[in-house]
Amino acid sequence: MAKTLFEKIWDAHVVQAADAESPATLYIDLHLVHEVTSPQAFTMLRERGLTVRRPAQTLATMDHSTPTTPRGADGIIPVTDAIARKQLDQLIKNCSDFGIPLYNLGTENQGIVHVIGPEQGYTQPGMTIVCGDSHTSTHGAFGALAFGIGTSEVGHVLATQCLLQQKPQTAEIRIDGTLRPGVTAKDIILAIIAKIGVGGGTGYVLEYTGSAIRALTMEERMTICNMSIEGGARAGLIAPDETTFAWLKDRPHTPKGEAWDAAVEYWRTLPSDEGATYDLQVVLNADELAPMITYGTNPGMGIPVTGNVPAPSDLADDSQRMALDKALNYMGLQPNQSLIGQKVDVVFLGSCTNSRISDLRAAAKVIEGKKVADGLRMLVVPGSQQVKRQAEAEGLDQIFRAAGAEWREAGCSMCIAMNGDQLQPGQYAVSTSNRNFEGRQGKGGRTFLASPLTAAATAINGHIVDVREIL
Amino acid sequence: MGFLKMQPINTFQAKAVALPIENIDTDQIIPARYLKVTDKNGLGEALFTDWRGEPDFVLNQPYAQGAGVLIAGHNFGCGSSREHAPWALQGFGFQAVISTYFADIFKGNALKNGLLPIVVDAPTLARLTEQCLANQTIDVSVDLENQQVHVAGETISFPIDAFSKHCLLHGVDQLGYIQAQETAIQAYEASHAARVNTVGA
Ligand code: SF4
Repeated sequence: MAKTLFEKIWDAHVVQAADAESPATLYIDLHLVHEVTSPQAFTMLRERGLTVRRPAQTLATMDHSTPTTPRGADGIIPVTDAIARKQLDQLIKNCSDFGIPLYNLGTENQGIVHVIGPEQGYTQPGMTIVCGDSHTSTHGAFGALAFGIGTSEVGHVLATQCLLQQKPQTAEIRIDGTLRPGVTAKDIILAIIAKIGVGGGTGYVLEYTGSAIRALTMEERMTICNMSIEGGARAGLIAPDETTFAWLKDRPHTPKGEAWDAAVEYWRTLPSDEGATYDLQVVLNADELAPMITYGTNPGMGIPVTGNVPAPSDLADDSQRMALDKALNYMGLQPNQSLIGQKVDVVFLGSCTNSRISDLRAAAKVIEGKKVADGLRMLVVPGSQQVKRQAEAEGLDQIFRAAGAEWREAGCSMCIAMNGDQLQPGQYAVSTSNRNFEGRQGKGGRTFLASPLTAAATAINGHIVDVREIL
Repeated sequence: MGFLKMQPINTFQAKAVALPIENIDTDQIIPARYLKVTDKNGLGEALFTDWRGEPDFVLNQPYAQGAGVLIAGHNFGCGSSREHAPWALQGFGFQAVISTYFADIFKGNALKNGLLPIVVDAPTLARLTEQCLANQTIDVSVDLENQQVHVAGETISFPIDAFSKHCLLHGVDQLGYIQAQETAIQAYEASHAARVNTVGA
């Protein structure tokens, strides 16, 4: 029978099949761990006298609560928040006690968990990958079934390398056509979420297909899969192809020599078969897409940058009208207004959605030779220490610094505002991250989600612009 | 405090309060700045903390004290995988949340901790919300075994997967359940050794 990519990966990882009473037990190939969602799971292991079943299939980093402030003269990134310090120390101890490799703060491979997995070649097609973090969906760009889990489940995987799972449904998100200049992968995914809504993907694994997806680079594919969770989906997937193999070859943890050839041969069997069916299909045309921006307080509240903010009075449904009204109130925006010209206080270039080298290059190209607008703060936060080094080798840091932007250490930074990087109440930000929830980037902060191009163009103008006009 | 094995739940009665907002996300339930803890203590105090700054907010009202059921708007719990969200709801005293649907990860986390996600259809949610707002609170009685909620003279059925129901009713520890499959896990690892990755190599 014709199978989808999802079904092939799922079937290959079933340890015990589901029946009428119980979910399936699924084997997990790779478990990524970070400081915020793991402490209580390690406590549980200790209480029960358990060990980590497969430390070599587990990798830890620190990213969420780590500061991104520049290193001191001693080369060390100072952690001044005592509670964060305690959490980081706890991770160090847990990894050392249980034999888990850890990319410690400031060491050469440390970075955002979803940036380092692919970068180091841990993430590979056909794998099952989990992490106590909802944006684990990022790794689906490689044709791996990757999803976020809670802390109880982190404990389950540490102890058994397995998870109990109800089988999700599948949806095909088909995007054919060609992106216009100034329109990016971030705009594709913001357009998809605007179309299906933040709950539209609940219960589904999304597979992105079509010529526009095939034409994307790996880093762009990661941006798309990253935000699958913002549509409510369990995971996002893109079939592996030559682009995938070329990107992975010779990374530190990918197979080498004959083992590589054997792996590629297996990976080529993974794409969905001709005639495989999905439970749902959504179609978009890349030619029709414009740069997107959000106006509200969830990622589904997005419009083309040249569009107008919707009006609550146009909505028939009471609860939708109330939700929009509440969002516009929080954002301090008027119904039917344009966002072009909207003054912005902060531009944040970073997060697991858009902090890779190609994102920094794209933004640097817009900013080169220009200045960040007066009174506007721009933070540039590379996704990993490796991205940071690469950017510095290419002189991108100099371009950002010369423009007046802050060049910072790797981490989640202002995406989550639990590490010192945050908006002040009432401030407006254009952010390349993935969530514009109330208070996400700091209590009272107001977030417009957009692409690195739109963010860079906004930074030099001081207000939101249509990046297509300056390219 | 660590992981208590789950207490069995079957029937319970509680006072419900309404928070009729759509798409309540995990950042509202418990903002990230409270995630630096390494245990589960004190999270109930931080539940909906940014909204609790408003004197009018429902959980600030004297009548909401001691509430055990939250009647929310559509699509509850989207966003992050933080299990701190159900911990915070339970820390405040909630035993169940009623909505039209729940985000996948939140729902899984809630069930693992004995916080019951009760799914009802949109007209039912609207009716319950209206009654609750009119009376400030309403009394709810939950019967998990029969998958029913008794409220304001009506009986509403709700769905729950068979396994989660079994675990809640009997306080089954899901980790123990997986550990009991050790033979199957070993067989899987032996037969897939060649394919399982080179991680750590
Ligand atoms: S960058 Fe943001 S979304 Fe990504 S892992 Fe960090 S906090 Fe989560």
